[in-house]
Amino acid sequence: MIDAVSAGLIVLGLGFYLAGSIGLLRLPDLYSRLHALTKADNLGLGLLTAGLALHSQELFTIAKLLLIWLAVLAAGAASAHLIARHARRQETGR
Amino acid sequence: MNTPSLLAFDGLLLISIVSLAWAALATRDARRSVILFMAFGLVLALAWGRLLAPDVALAEAAIGAGLSGALLLAAVGGQQGARSGSAQNAGHADPQPAVRWAVTLLCAGVAGILGWALLESFDSSARDTLAQAVAANLASSGVSNPVTAVLLNFRAYDTLLELAVLLTAVLGIFALGQARPGYRFAGPVFDSLARWLVPLLILTAGHLLWVGAHAPGGAFQAGATLAAAAVVLRLAGHSHIGLPAGSVLRLVMVAGVAVFLLVGVTLLALGRPFLGYPPAWAGTLILVIESAAMLSIAATLVLAFLGGRPQALWQATGAAESVPPAATATPAALPEDSSGAATHGVCKEEQSRC
Amino acid sequence: MLTAQWLYGLTGCLVVALGLRAALLQSALLQRIVAVNVMGSGVFLMLIAVAYRGPGVAPDPVPHALVLTGIVVAVSATALALALVRRLHAEPGDG
Repeated sequence: MIDAVSAGLIVLGLGFYLAGSIGLLRLPDLYSRLHALTKADNLGLGLLTAGLALHSQELFTIAKLLLIWLAVLAAGAASAHLIARHARRQETGR
Repeated sequence: MNTPSLLAFDGLLLISIVSLAWAALATRDARRSVILFMAFGLVLALAWGRLLAPDVALAEAAIGAGLSGALLLAAVGGQQGARSGSAQNAGHADPQPAVRWAVTLLCAGVAGILGWALLESFDSSARDTLAQAVAANLASSGVSNPVTAVLLNFRAYDTLLELAVLLTAVLGIFALGQARPGYRFAGPVFDSLARWLVPLLILTAGHLLWVGAHAPGGAFQAGATLAAAAVVLRLAGHSHIGLPAGSVLRLVMVAGVAVFLLVGVTLLALGRPFLGYPPAWAGTLILVIESAAMLSIAATLVLAFLGGRPQALWQATGAAESVPPAATATPAALPEDSSGAATHGVCKEEQSRC
Repeated sequence: MLTAQWLYGLTGCLVVALGLRAALLQSALLQRIVAVNVMGSGVFLMLIAVAYRGPGVAPDPVPHALVLTGIVVAVSATALALALVRRLHAEPGDG
């Protein structure tokens, strides 16, 4: 039962990653691609860690997985902001 | 035995590795090549995890992909910032097709010889002798992680020389010029990221150091994580990145090699072989050496990232009289960085790397 | 000899050959440094493949220690090479 739920969550997360990759390849410009990537990373990784957390025995492992997700969330958001800001500045000229 | 799904995973992973290597090497643009190389390093870390090598996976992700990538990206940025024309590539013509074919054949031959040697080595019966020796002596080595035991007990001399290689490389870098100019202060987004990321990285480094005795981890991974924290601080615009100044910096740089040598020579003076730990003390000695090595590795990797002599830190006294203060800091975020106002002058205004 | 071993080992040989070819044919210095790093990663692939012993069995720790040492030495050499490249392209009069 737990295996089925966990597998379902992981497959859902992989679906988000697939959507993000398709968005990276098919969307027209930098900003929309960044948007697709960060959405995919946030939710996709969240579902993945949820699926993995269901499998773990100790509370400490679940806490570490949650911390990993939060760290990637923040770092991904900051990186996307920096990339978009740099691209914006290059467009409008300094 | 291989289930079909594991075989499919292996196949996909290996195709990704070869494709990323090919793409990183075939492109003309230096920045694209470096970013593809970083992706190659991360997929390689996945391969190490699959092949049951978690210590190597940690080290590859932290050092091979992370710090190497940061070094290469800083070099690419420096090249493109310094000059607008591609003067350095103008004099190099592409090799003739005949030369390209000859080199391709040569490399195919090298691959063939390596593959043949590899397959021959798989059949040899002497393959397991070292692994059995390690397993037999693991209990008296002071740690229970076999890779740490090999690195810091059975082959400690190699690790001592490796730390010396790292130190020598940084001394060579120092001899070649001064550090790259710093970056200006980051905006609020990156600054707030750095504010909690750096303490988290420092904690993780301490955890990796401690846990390396009985689980994947160790001094190298911990040192690389500390160096990553300093690199994040540097990118956020704080020139004073936690490195000590003057003679303390020199001490920290040589601490790894020095403590290692000290332990070895003391054991020699006590009548034991060089770096032959007594089994009762082995765990403690390994922890002491690893702690010094972690600080030393972190300092040398950060200095390698700086790219040269850190002028503001190299003198023992404050460098306020030789460096003009930064007159106009960005109004976005002026952090209350109270340490070392003299070092803020290293930042240049024109750099757009934040 | 396990399937995974010769799969990963032969891929390592291929990656070494790719890196060697790029190191010899590329004209840009930075790409050459990346190519040498790729060669090193190929060698590490071969070593770890040799160390693998199967899904449930503990692997051979000695090649793992060799690869760890190799990764650190590779990054030191890369850092020194990049400093040399920077010095090579520096304007006369730079510190």
